[in-house]
Amino acid sequence: MQAPIQYAEVKTSSARYWGLLLVLAVIALMGVAGAHHMDVEGHHVSGMTNQIVWGLPHVFAIFLIVAASGALNIASLASVFAKQAYKPLARFSAILSIALLVGGLAILLLDLGRPERLIVAMTHYNFKSIFAWNIILYTGFVVIVMAYLWLMMERRMQRWSKPAGLIAFVWRLVLTTGTGSIFGFLVARESYDSALLAPMFIIMSFTFGLAILILLLMLSFSLDRRELDVSHLQRLRKLLGIFTASVFYFVVVFHLTKLYGTQNHGFESFILMDGGIYTFLFWFIQIGLGNLLPLALIYAPQLQNSGKSLVSACLLVIVGAFAQLYIIIVGGQAYPLNIFPGYIVESSFYDGVVNSYAPSPWELMLGCGGITAALLIALLALRVLPIMPTALSAEAQ
Amino acid sequence: MKPRSEIHSPEPSRRGFLKGAAAVATTLVAPGIFLYKTGQAAATLDSQARWGLLIDSNALTEADVDACVTACQREHGWQVEDGSETDAQWVRKVKLEDRATGHRIFLPMMCQHCENPPCVDVCPTGASFKRADGIVLVNKHTCIGCRYCMMACPYKARSFIHENLKDQLPVAPRGKGTVESCTLCVHRIDRDGANAVPACAEAVNRADAKAILFGDLNDPQSEISLRLRELGGTRLRADMGLNPGVRYQGL
Repeated sequence: MQAPIQYAEVKTSSARYWGLLLVLAVIALMGVAGAHHMDVEGHHVSGMTNQIVWGLPHVFAIFLIVAASGALNIASLASVFAKQAYKPLARFSAILSIALLVGGLAILLLDLGRPERLIVAMTHYNFKSIFAWNIILYTGFVVIVMAYLWLMMERRMQRWSKPAGLIAFVWRLVLTTGTGSIFGFLVARESYDSALLAPMFIIMSFTFGLAILILLLMLSFSLDRRELDVSHLQRLRKLLGIFTASVFYFVVVFHLTKLYGTQNHGFESFILMDGGIYTFLFWFIQIGLGNLLPLALIYAPQLQNSGKSLVSACLLVIVGAFAQLYIIIVGGQAYPLNIFPGYIVESSFYDGVVNSYAPSPWELMLGCGGITAALLIALLALRVLPIMPTALSAEAQ
Repeated sequence: MKPRSEIHSPEPSRRGFLKGAAAVATTLVAPGIFLYKTGQAAATLDSQARWGLLIDSNALTEADVDACVTACQREHGWQVEDGSETDAQWVRKVKLEDRATGHRIFLPMMCQHCENPPCVDVCPTGASFKRADGIVLVNKHTCIGCRYCMMACPYKARSFIHENLKDQLPVAPRGKGTVESCTLCVHRIDRDGANAVPACAEAVNRADAKAILFGDLNDPQSEISLRLRELGGTRLRADMGLNPGVRYQGL
C-alpha cells in the first residue's frame, strides 16, 4: 500500500517570496487604480469605443476564467478518473482554479460601466441571458470547488471528495461551455455564431489552465526547495502536448467551417490574409509561437528532460492564448457588421469599415491587476494551507 | 359570499377574524386599485399596438437625413463631436451605394425595435426590455453597463455612455456607464398615442409627403399598415427573423 501523501505549507521567508508578493500586490493595486480612473472619468479614457465595446480587460478576464476551469483538470483526473499519479496536485489544482476565477471576475466586474451595481446583477436575473447563467455558474463554481477542496483536505471526509470532484468536473464543463457560448450565441456577427466555440473554449481551458499550473508548481517547489522529480513533469508535459495539439485542431476546424460558407469569406480573409494586426497575431503569435513552437519544444526528443523547454512551452502557450483571445474578442468586433449586403456602406458611426482599437494603459493596468490578484491569492494560499505535497519524488508515483 | 377563512373554521378564532377582515378588505379595495392602475396605464401604454416606422429612402435626400439626426439630438440632448468613436449616436445617417449599379441612397438608421430583440435576450439583468407596445428600451436603473446588448445587436443601434454628461433633458434621462438607443420618442407616444410623431419624422415630413411614417403595425387600417400592404417594405437582416418594427422602402 502507498504511503499517504504528506502536504505542507510553503515554508519560506526568503526575500524572493516576499519580494514577489510585493510586486504582485503593487500591480494588483495599480489594476484597482486603473479601474477607478475608468469609473470616475468614464470609459472614454480606455481604448474601448462604441465599435469595440469589449477590449483588453475582457481578453484578460476571459483568459483567467477559461484557465480557471482548466486548472481544475488535474484534480478531476485524480478524483473522477482515478489517476492516482495526479492526486498529490489535486489540492493545488483546486485552489488555483478558484484564484484564477476570482482574478478574472474581478476584471469583468471592475470594467462594468456601473460596477457598484453588482447587487443588481446578483438580484435581477434574465434567465434567457447566457451572461446571467454565467453569474450563477461562476459563483457556483467557487462554492463547489471550495467544498471539494475541504473534502479533500479533511481526512474524515475524504470519501466524499470523489462525488464532489465529479460535481465540480461537470460544473466546470458547463461553465466553460457557458463562457464559449457568450460568443457562440452572438448570431448577428459572422466572427462568432458557431456552436464550435463552446467545445473549443473547453479545450483551450485545458491547455491554458495546465500551462499556468505547471509554471506555478515549478515556482512554488523552487521557493522552499522541495523535491520535484522529472517523471511528474514528464507526465504534465505530455498532457500539455495533447491539449495544445487539440486546440490547434479546433482552430483548424473552426476556420475550415467558416471558409466553406461563401458568406463568411470576407471575415475569413480578414483574419487569415488582410487583417493587419489580427492576421499577424493569428499566424505568428497564435499558431506559430502559441501552438507549433510549444509542440516542438514538448515533443523534440533531445529536449525531453529539459525543465527549461517545458517552462518555455508553458509561457509560449500563454502568449498564444492571449493572441487567440485578442483575435476572437477584439478582432471579432473589428470586422464590420454586414447590415446591408450588396452595398458599399458609409456613416458617421463607422458602418462598413474595420474598426480600430488602441488599448489604453488604464485597461492594461486593470488586466494585469486581475492576473496578479489571482497569483497573489494562489501564493498566499500555498503559504497558509497545506496544499502542496512536501515532495514529488520518483518513489511517490 | 362568505370570506374564505369562515368556510374552514366554524368557530372563528382571532386569527381567523383577521384573515376574514383582510379578505373582505381585499375584495372591496383591490378592484379600486386595479381600476386605478389600468386606468393610468391606458393613458400611457396601448398594449394592443405595435409601434413602428416606415422609412421611404427614395423620398429622403441627404439633407433630410441630416435633419432627422439633428432633430433627434435636439429632442434628446445628445451630440457627436467630429470623429469621436465614443459619443452616443441614437440615429445615424447611412450612405449606401449599390455595388452592382452604383445607385446611391441615404437613410436614417436607429434601433429597429425588433419583435424578438437580441439585446433583450442577452441582457443579464433584464434592463434591456421590450414594452407591450413593441418599443425596445433600456432601464437606466438596472443597466450595469456590461455592453453585451451592443455585442448582440445586428444593427449597431446601441451606444454606451463613455463620459460624464451635462445639460440633460427631462424627457431623455441618460447615465454614464449605461447603454442607450433610440426610444422611438416614447415620451411623445405616451402623450399622444397613435397621433404621436417622433422627432425624426417631424423633421422631414411635409403635409403632402411622409418620408418617415409612424404608426401602429397591428392596426390593419392604420396609414403605415395600408402603405406597407400597398408598397411593401424591407426588414433589415430579415434572415435573422427578428421582425423589426422599422421598415424601409427603396432598398
